[in-house]
Amino acid sequence: MADTPPAQPRVGLFVTCLVDIFRPTVGFAAVNLLEKAGCRVEVPRAQTCCGQPAYNLGDRADAADLAKRVIAAFEGFDYVVAPSGSCAGMIKEHYAELLKDDPDWGPRAHRLRHRTWELVSFLVDVMGMERVEAAYQGTVTYHDSCSGLRELGVREQPRRLLGTVGGLSLRELPDAEVCCGFGGTFCVKYPEISNRMVEDKAEKIEATGADMLLAGDMGCLLNMAGKLKRRGSRVQVRHVAEVLAGVAGEAAPIGEAAVRKG
Amino acid sequence: MESTSHAFKDNVHEALRDERLQRALGKMKVGFQGNRRRAIERLPEFEALRDEGRAIKDHVLEHLDFYLERFESRVVEAGGHVHWCRTAAEARETIARICRDAGARTVTKGKSMVAEEIAINDHLEREGFEPIETDLGEYIIQLRREPPSHIIAPAVHLSKEDVAEAFYAAHRDLDPERSLVEPTALISEARAMLRQKFQQADVGITGANFLIAETGSTVIVTNEGNGDLTQTLPRVHVVLASLEKVVPTLEDASTILRLLARSATGQEFSAYTTFSTGPRRPGDPDGPQEFHVVLLDNGRTAMLGTEFQEMLRCIRCGACMNHCPVYASVGGHAYGWVYPGPMGAVLTPSLIGVDAAGHLPNASTFCGRCESVCPMRIPLPKMMRHWREKEYAAGLTPATQRWGLGFWAWFARRPGLYHLGTRLAAGLLGRLGRRQGRLRRLPLAGGWTDWRDMPAPEGRTFQQLWAERRESARREDAR
Repeated sequence: MADTPPAQPRVGLFVTCLVDIFRPTVGFAAVNLLEKAGCRVEVPRAQTCCGQPAYNLGDRADAADLAKRVIAAFEGFDYVVAPSGSCAGMIKEHYAELLKDDPDWGPRAHRLRHRTWELVSFLVDVMGMERVEAAYQGTVTYHDSCSGLRELGVREQPRRLLGTVGGLSLRELPDAEVCCGFGGTFCVKYPEISNRMVEDKAEKIEATGADMLLAGDMGCLLNMAGKLKRRGSRVQVRHVAEVLAGVAGEAAPIGEAAVRKG
Repeated sequence: MESTSHAFKDNVHEALRDERLQRALGKMKVGFQGNRRRAIERLPEFEALRDEGRAIKDHVLEHLDFYLERFESRVVEAGGHVHWCRTAAEARETIARICRDAGARTVTKGKSMVAEEIAINDHLEREGFEPIETDLGEYIIQLRREPPSHIIAPAVHLSKEDVAEAFYAAHRDLDPERSLVEPTALISEARAMLRQKFQQADVGITGANFLIAETGSTVIVTNEGNGDLTQTLPRVHVVLASLEKVVPTLEDASTILRLLARSATGQEFSAYTTFSTGPRRPGDPDGPQEFHVVLLDNGRTAMLGTEFQEMLRCIRCGACMNHCPVYASVGGHAYGWVYPGPMGAVLTPSLIGVDAAGHLPNASTFCGRCESVCPMRIPLPKMMRHWREKEYAAGLTPATQRWGLGFWAWFARRPGLYHLGTRLAAGLLGRLGRRQGRLRRLPLAGGWTDWRDMPAPEGRTFQQLWAERRESARREDAR
């Protein structure tokens, strides 16, 4: 388990490229939650991409180069936190392996590893957050994103906090731990397989009868929202941080227009 | 067997349109996963057993020469023969020679993935023998002249209607009006056909789940009992095994056996676990007169000492494919060679070359479910990534991906330019998709938008908004 955090720890937010470009609301929700938990949040301007696309393509040189930039940008912080199990998993589980033969960067990657967290598990496991001050009137279901679940053990933490959101009822998604078919570049390299997987996922989501789908990773959310919307589904899609921070009213759901009815 | 792994995408396209296959895959997923989960919930020490199993195999792989030589000497002491075969061709020829020397006509066969790997049936037929598969699933696919689609459930892609069709077509001597609607009718018919073959067989070929170095025994696990009849009734028993199947002791085999059936079918143990040590001894009530072990390398020793060595821990339980969402979508034949699913995605490039099987390690989302259920804790996604690294280094990665991600990496190394570019992209896409909140078509993104909408960005990047927020906070402070 995590060491006791310093008082008011200094947290570097790793925004992730998809949140930066597609959904800044999630970034602000993360800042909001971290500040409520007593953290001082900074957003290093030098950050771009964690390097996972290059790493998974087999391009170790580019991946290592991007990894070094992330390490350098975040070295001074008590913690690095990302609203994504996938990017946090890349930094935490793969940088050390990627740079293991580098006598300078290997140990630096290793040190960063122990200070890097996915947002919701950081709030619960490190900061000891037990409840959130937020409300949502409705039924939600939750998809466990693969890297967060299997690399970082993010499973109970989001459910625990969602359980404290006023008015919210959580209906479990059957096969919640099965991949949605995003897989980074997989979804465009093998679109037919990806489509089959996200079709299955969308059917299961719709069958829960929940009115909102939540998950902790923008990639999966874009994929599932894109499929649900293409199917004409009315299920709304949001990042779990938006509901936990109580900012779900401030932006339209993912893949929906900002115009409000009535 | 001829590989069609290079045509993986075409295979996938076909498989996704095959309604019978899709129905069969839907059923398979539910059965295997639930059975495994329940079996493991009943065994609290399962995780510790996984560690033990891994340690046994790792130890063997570090001392493979020692244990194989010990195994050989024990087999010889028991009156058997060991044939070391470097390649599939050597193994095929060795087995054909044993059959010729035995004056064989009918050759019964237990289920063996290594036999599929070396395509022994085709070879034996060419040499004038009649090979008969005796595992029900293998028998069915032999009649259909197709490869297995799963390593423990070779006919899992078929429905009982498919099986009935195959039986009507093959068993011409039987009444064409007979009913083959009930599964029991299919089973009795197969049993009757196979009984004749068991009695006629001159040579029986089985695989091996384990080779035991301390005793020279070979072990098979089956659920139908066909393996026992295959190896005890004919005059000659040939065990065909790849060399990483060796374990030091009986105790080690029993440790791994506790993992195997639970991971595979959710059984605590298979119905039959059969040990063979040498030919029939004086006073034995049954057993073969000759006992041969054909030990196959076929590229495995070349994996030792490489980043793929851990793959040789595999005990062929099939849990990885039973939990793989890609396998569940397309089935085993799409992978185009003998070993499908995640274990195939790592092993196939090792055995037939990454240039022929390059798609397989790429067709994964790295969801990690395979590794999470692997009883031997084989890091399958990591090894698939290693194959991608080899493809990248050898220039086999498709140019669009190399250039696309190469450009992304170039861009991501320049934060100033990156923040400008992302701001422009978010602004443009945000405006294009503002009305509906999503885009139904996007140039150069057909891989995405042919199948699903692209949610539109909110319009401004987080970095842009964060900078503004900081700026206004600073002004506030200055006031």
